[in-house]
This record gives sequence, C-alpha cells and structure tokens, in this order.
Amino acid sequence: MTAIIDYGVGNLFSLACSFSSIGEEALVTDDLKMLEMADRLVLPGVGAFRDARKALRESGLEDGILSLVKKGKPILGICLGMQLLFDKDYEDGVYDGLGLIPGEVRAIGEVISKGLKIPHIGWNALSIKKDSRLFKYIKNGDYVYFVHSYHAVGCECDTTSVTDYGAPLTASVEKGNVFGCQFHPEKSGEVGLSILKAFVEI
Amino acid sequence: MITKRIIPCLDVRDGRVVKGMNFSGLKDVSSPVLLADYYSQGGADELVFYDITASSDGRKLFTDILRETASKVFIPLTVGGGINTIDDFDIVLKCGADKVSVNSGAIRNPGLITEAALKYGSQCVVISADVKRVDGVFRVFAKGGRENTGMEAIDWIVRCVKNGAGEVVLNSIDTDGVKKGFDLEMLKAVSECVDVPVIASGGAGCTRDFITLFKTLPRVDAGLAASIFHYGEVKISELKKEMKKNGIPVREV
Repeated sequence: MTAIIDYGVGNLFSLACSFSSIGEEALVTDDLKMLEMADRLVLPGVGAFRDARKALRESGLEDGILSLVKKGKPILGICLGMQLLFDKDYEDGVYDGLGLIPGEVRAIGEVISKGLKIPHIGWNALSIKKDSRLFKYIKNGDYVYFVHSYHAVGCECDTTSVTDYGAPLTASVEKGNVFGCQFHPEKSGEVGLSILKAFVEI
Repeated sequence: MITKRIIPCLDVRDGRVVKGMNFSGLKDVSSPVLLADYYSQGGADELVFYDITASSDGRKLFTDILRETASKVFIPLTVGGGINTIDDFDIVLKCGADKVSVNSGAIRNPGLITEAALKYGSQCVVISADVKRVDGVFRVFAKGGRENTGMEAIDWIVRCVKNGAGEVVLNSIDTDGVKKGFDLEMLKAVSECVDVPVIASGGAGCTRDFITLFKTLPRVDAGLAASIFHYGEVKISELKKEMKKNGIPVREV
C-alpha cells in the first residue's frame, strides 16, 4: 500500500487515482499510523514553499516521516514535494527543507534565458543523467508534464535526469530510498504512470 | 525543449459531449469520459471541458463526469463554463481539474482572479477571453460572445494576468467557426503583451493552420480546437507528425 501524505496542501484526487490505475492501493492520509503501515510514501505539494513547509510542520507528521525514511521506507516527492526534500529553499526568503537530499531550491529565472516564460509549464523531455530505479520502464527523451518556477541546484550527485528549458533544470533525483520528481507523473500520461509503477515495485 | 501543446475542447451539456462525432473504435461518441480517453491515447497534450449546462441537475452530472475522467485520464485537465465564485473553483478542483478557466465570471467580478490565484496559485487560473473587432478595436465580449462589454481586449487581458491569471485562452469571435485559420493578428497583439502562456482558439480548419500559427507566432504556446478534432477532420497524431516535420517541437505519443 502507498500512503499519499495529506498535509492540507493541494488536491490529491488525481494522484490517488493514478496509483489505482496501475493496480496499487493508495491511501490519502494524515494519520501517522497509516504512514507506518504503508510500504512507501508519496509527498505531494503545490503552491508556495513557505506555506507548504509550514503546513507540513503543523501537521505533526514531519518527525514521523523523517524517522520512517531514515529507517529505509521509500519516499517520492512530487513537484513542490520534491523541493521539500532538500536542505534549503530560496522562495521569498530562506527556509529550511527536510534535508533528506543535499542541495537547495532556487528560482529558475536565475539560470534560464531571458524571454522564456515563467513558470515552466508544459511537456518537456527528460534527459537521463544517471540510471534510476524510477526509469525502469521509460527511455531517454520521453516527455513529462512540468509546472514550476523553482528548481533544485547543487544536487548533481543525486540528479538522475534534467530537462532543457534554455538551461538544464533538475527533473528528478534519487538518493538511497529518497526519490523526487519535479514534474507531475500523475499528469504525464503513460510515461508518468510507468514511473509510478517503477516506484511501487521498489 | 518545451513543446507546443495541442488541446481538444469538449463542450458538455447534461453529461454529454454536444457536437456529434464519429470515430472508428469509439463506441459512444458523446461520452465525455470515453472521448477524453480517446484523445489522450491519441496524443492530446491537455483537455478542456467546457460546461454549457444551464440546470443544476446538469451541473451535478458534469462534476460526476469530471471525477470519472480525472480517475481515468492522466493528462492535465482544464475546466470552464459557469465559474463565478471561489466555491466554483473549489468544486471542480476537488473533482480532479488541474486548471480552471474563467470568462464572464471574471468580467462581473475581476477580484475572482486575484482571490483564486492567492488560494490555488496562478498556475491554476486561466483567463479565457472572447474577443471581436468592433470598429477596428479588439473588444471583450461576455455571455458566450453575445454581449459587448466595451472593454479593450489587451487592457483587459494584461490586467487579468497582473491580477494572477497564469494562462490566457484567446478566442477570436471573428475567426471562430470560419475554419480559415487562427486569428494571427489578434494573437500577435495579445502574445506580445503578456509573459504567461497563450493558447490560440477559434478558426482552425486544417493541419496547415496549426503549422502557420506556431511558425508565425513563436510566443503562442498551444492551439485549441473542437469540431475539427471531433469530426475527425484533423487527427492529433497526424497533426503532430506534420508539426515535427516542420521543425515545431511536439510531444509525440
């Protein structure tokens, strides 16, 4: 069973449905007991880092999540959920992340060419940098759906794919049992579902 | 490289897709769920569901259909039609919509965009504008294109983006239904004035029209159409092959 962590940020209906569609039981929950019972965790997130960080802290789940992940339970952060995995974030201030992957989150405007629109919205290709267990069923150049204005930097050792938007943006990371996708696998058609399938098979 | 998006639009009334369609391999041509899945399999990058229901019963059917679609089709889903309040946003987002498109609701209450962008993020708020030339000036029309608001279109769209709209659907009433191509003049004027994605709507009649659109106006991000896809005049997979041949970045399925 996969537990989708519900800390009051965003709508988790499609995400839960995407797991059901690949035959995986998924539970949207804010109950630590369920997180403990689950085989793996998904940390979703939309909106501003500061609000999500605050919501996660106030949910009372943070210590529990960190201890489960440190014991080896696989976790997949999606979009802002991935950004939360890093040490620091620079969206409207400086905030501490969960520190599960070394690196920080910066505005894409600092690196992309002038004239490109922000946010980076739409389908873009994955350029695979390193083998990842998430890529079992997909290939280099497959397209996934992005919506974001910030991305992770300083995490080259753990970066498994990037996407080209005038500059390479971090698209996915993997460090031990901690995984992150900047894109939305639940909105990326068959390719996205294949990534989720690979995750639940870990 | 980010790809140009192709977006079929489905008008839904009382739980059924309004325009008649005929595809081989599609059993129920007016089922929104089956049609959405068909388009998704065929390479659509996104879908727009437009609720043209007048009754509250129809409204309930629409949200049921939305939930069912979102549970089966895993590409971005935009919902529009009858979005007047923040509660309307809330209802469709909970049913699985990723973005919500506002038109007349924002004209009546421009604060709606600001409120929705603060609550759900700009990426979730789409301003859809029906625009027509009146004495050589682009004017915004309300109520499905029936009522001239008197507002100048570019001013209005720029204001909506400032207020938090994260995407613009520009529907040209002048070219809508004519099938002689998108309204390049109008699209150029608008796309040069905003920094958020612009989706062209109204006028597509054939594959060539999409090629011309993206070749002429690099600042336009997506093309939206209804009947040419529904009637099978343009097949999305073939359209994308042609786009690729012409050097336009696309996601092939």
